[in-house]
Amino acid sequence: MKPVFPFTAIVGQDEMRDALVIAAIEPRLSGVLIFGDRGTGKSTAVRALAAVLPDMAAVAGCAYNCDPADAGALCDACRQAEQRITRRIPVPVVDLPLGASEDRVVGALNLERALADGAKIFEPGLLARAHRGFLYIDEVNLLEDHIVDLLLDVAASGENVVEREGMSLRHPARFVLIGSGNPEEGELRPQLLDRFGLCVDVQTPVEIARRVEVVRRRDAFDRDPAAFCEAYAPAEAALRGRILAARKKLPEVTVADEILSRAAEICVALGTDGLRGELTLLRAARAWAAYEGEAAVSMAHLRRMTEPALRHRLRRDPLDDSLAGTRVARAVAEVFVE
Amino acid sequence: MSPFDSGGSSAPPPLSDSAFAGVLLAVDPTLTGIRVLGWSGPDRDRWLRGVTGLRPGAAIRKMPVSISEDRLLGGLDLTATLAAGRAVHGTGILAESHDGFLVLAMAERLSAAIAAQLAAAIDGASGITLIALDEGIGQDEAPPAALLDRLAFTVKIGAADATAWPAAAAIAAAARRLHRIDCLPDVSERLCALAAMMGVRSVRAEIFALRAARAAAAWRGADSIEEADIALAARLVLVPRATQMPSSAEPPPEPPAPAEAESQAEGETQEQTLEDKIAEATAAVLPEKLLEALAAQLGPRRMIRGAGTAGAAAGAERGRPAGARPGHLSGRTRLSVLDTIRAAAPWQRLRRAGMSPERSQNRIIVRAEDFHIRRFKEQPRRIAIFAVDASGSSAVNRLAEAKGAILLLLADCYVQRDEVALIAFRGAGADLLLPPTHALARARRALAALPGGGPTPLAAGINAALALAIMQRRAGKQPLLVILTDGGANIGQDGKAGRAAAGRDALAAAKACGAQNLPALVVDTAPRRQKFVAELAGAMAARYVPLPYADAARLSRAVQANGGSHGRAAA
Repeated sequence: MKPVFPFTAIVGQDEMRDALVIAAIEPRLSGVLIFGDRGTGKSTAVRALAAVLPDMAAVAGCAYNCDPADAGALCDACRQAEQRITRRIPVPVVDLPLGASEDRVVGALNLERALADGAKIFEPGLLARAHRGFLYIDEVNLLEDHIVDLLLDVAASGENVVEREGMSLRHPARFVLIGSGNPEEGELRPQLLDRFGLCVDVQTPVEIARRVEVVRRRDAFDRDPAAFCEAYAPAEAALRGRILAARKKLPEVTVADEILSRAAEICVALGTDGLRGELTLLRAARAWAAYEGEAAVSMAHLRRMTEPALRHRLRRDPLDDSLAGTRVARAVAEVFVE
Repeated sequence: MSPFDSGGSSAPPPLSDSAFAGVLLAVDPTLTGIRVLGWSGPDRDRWLRGVTGLRPGAAIRKMPVSISEDRLLGGLDLTATLAAGRAVHGTGILAESHDGFLVLAMAERLSAAIAAQLAAAIDGASGITLIALDEGIGQDEAPPAALLDRLAFTVKIGAADATAWPAAAAIAAAARRLHRIDCLPDVSERLCALAAMMGVRSVRAEIFALRAARAAAAWRGADSIEEADIALAARLVLVPRATQMPSSAEPPPEPPAPAEAESQAEGETQEQTLEDKIAEATAAVLPEKLLEALAAQLGPRRMIRGAGTAGAAAGAERGRPAGARPGHLSGRTRLSVLDTIRAAAPWQRLRRAGMSPERSQNRIIVRAEDFHIRRFKEQPRRIAIFAVDASGSSAVNRLAEAKGAILLLLADCYVQRDEVALIAFRGAGADLLLPPTHALARARRALAALPGGGPTPLAAGINAALALAIMQRRAGKQPLLVILTDGGANIGQDGKAGRAAAGRDALAAAKACGAQNLPALVVDTAPRRQKFVAELAGAMAARYVPLPYADAARLSRAVQANGGSHGRAAA
């Protein structure tokens, strides 16, 4: 397999990296939206993250990579199988390119089999392949509306329901949605915006020293990928260990009432729509606490996650271009007065 | 011409920039691709032959912009499958051009969707060398930004580019030397500093520049990257991406001087000349208009190109499904399997009759005449083009109210996910303040910054709006013109003052608009209804809305009614 640029070798972009790690620890956050310019390492980071994550157990031969340990979430074929053989596979990262046809996203009738021997076989699409992994959409704000509609439904229910071409089936499709785009080029539908748990802004690095470091590392990687990855292997292993430990710890992380009420307070102060903001904020704070190895969520954890969890949830006037980040920062400063 | 007047020991013959870019691309294919500006002609053909000749044996595929997803990515070849009675897979053009050249004709018309597929293929290190032939005029027509960011070079082909192309063996030898070339730390520092000076945003630019410099060194037969290589890489990679003049009064966030002073072996004088050279090259390559804009103000820090055109150009092969009809399979149509099988079903017994039992067993016999292709209904994208009279008379009258009205209309556009564009006319002519975009915050900013004053070049305003509308219609969008004026035209088409001529020209422009059958709305911003504005609306076959009686909300309803019915019927 072609070596991937190591996650730990990415220069700067801490907020993006942290958000991705948290999404990997807590898949129920359902994703990260990365806003920023081209050439800021968004795609590199997404692909690198998958390489950091440990391989997962999957049922051999299953088109949906069912988890043998999770009997409740098996696809129909796996449920009916008499015995399931487990194999280990890397966490899938599936690209959903702009302009992908509905057939390719949802899956379609397998033409080959249908025409050759008249069998009605489902050919799984990108959603099936992304199950238990990451679905990466570059330029998500330019995605066509009918594909967005499909995604919204699947991302909410964790299940892909196919009712087309005489087929009627459903299969699990739970994935971490990762979108990236440049907000200057188009707005994102509010419904889709809401599906992303966290939202981060990435900026092109402007300090020369940092850009030099980016170029230097990339160059070293291009020239000798194996040696470069080798040099970063300890850091990658450490991060992997930390993510695994955090996943294990996550269910035990406690949240004090005081934290709950502070989270509610900040959501009220910002006027976020619905309760999803608070839920996401708390989930993210717990994941962050777990990542830090703490047993309980502290104010600092909450504060750290406020911006990525709420930045994109402010009720907004489409014509108001005052940065949402500034508003959040102001509210944070007001609510977290100690 | 090449900057190499004092190269290494075995100086190759001088090459023109465009040829040099081709050579570097052949030496290091990870440079990914090149954007070639210029219209088709013998010069471009010669260049293309030269570049592809550098790597004999490499596949050369040509891709039209209208390529289908099947053809791009590969898939089941239905016609062949049926004929053969077994699955026949077609390879996609991406797979076919693996480790070879993929020539993109008319890249400026490429849809964002296809560009995204290409970008994914490039990121997946498929070894494709992309040659994007860009025949675009001006900044409005450019290949999608996602693709441009991933192409190392941009060159212009001129008649002077008839070069003696080097032998393929020399390229192969340089490619072998490539990995031996050391990259001193100061080289990347220099390239990053240069990029910062020119306001280059994407870090990909510097990565490409470094690869280009290394390839140039390898081509010279040298062991390390020298000043000349850096200059070449900067000229071919960084300059086309420049968004500001290197001599900009505003210093880059971190001055490059210290990093260079400590590491650079060369004297300061030489340093200066290189920077000067690059400044000149920047001036030569930057589009004229951009330079003006930069000079006039410390304006937009980057060009926003191709923004918002994404997914707009779509035919009937995408969108929501809307039934099926009999038809032929072509590259752009999609088979509706169920309907095809349904059509074939009644004939099965008849068709089996003439077949041997083992061939016909368990098979549906489908023939080409059974094919049903899917139809899709796609909502055409609307774009509202606002042409605003910002002249002195209008400013006195009700520019502020007109702005308010536009803001309201913009909010509507947001709800309906329409694009907007904003043209202002005042003084000598009309300016496109806001190229078509979905980003309404930008529209609002452009509007807020709109100054008032000066005479009224009404004809120029209408013509500018018309030209933009026609271009957008060509791109598959549905334009809607909204013209706000008080009708006090006093600058004619020729830019000369004079009320009578200006009025005549404006009417003529309005008639031209009417002839194009574009849905339009003319908003009279004068304090009293102006007969002339109504006349204008009549000539444009547009709806006439006097602002004195139209509160902003009514205006917004008027636009909706017009846009909603998609045509002049509502006018």
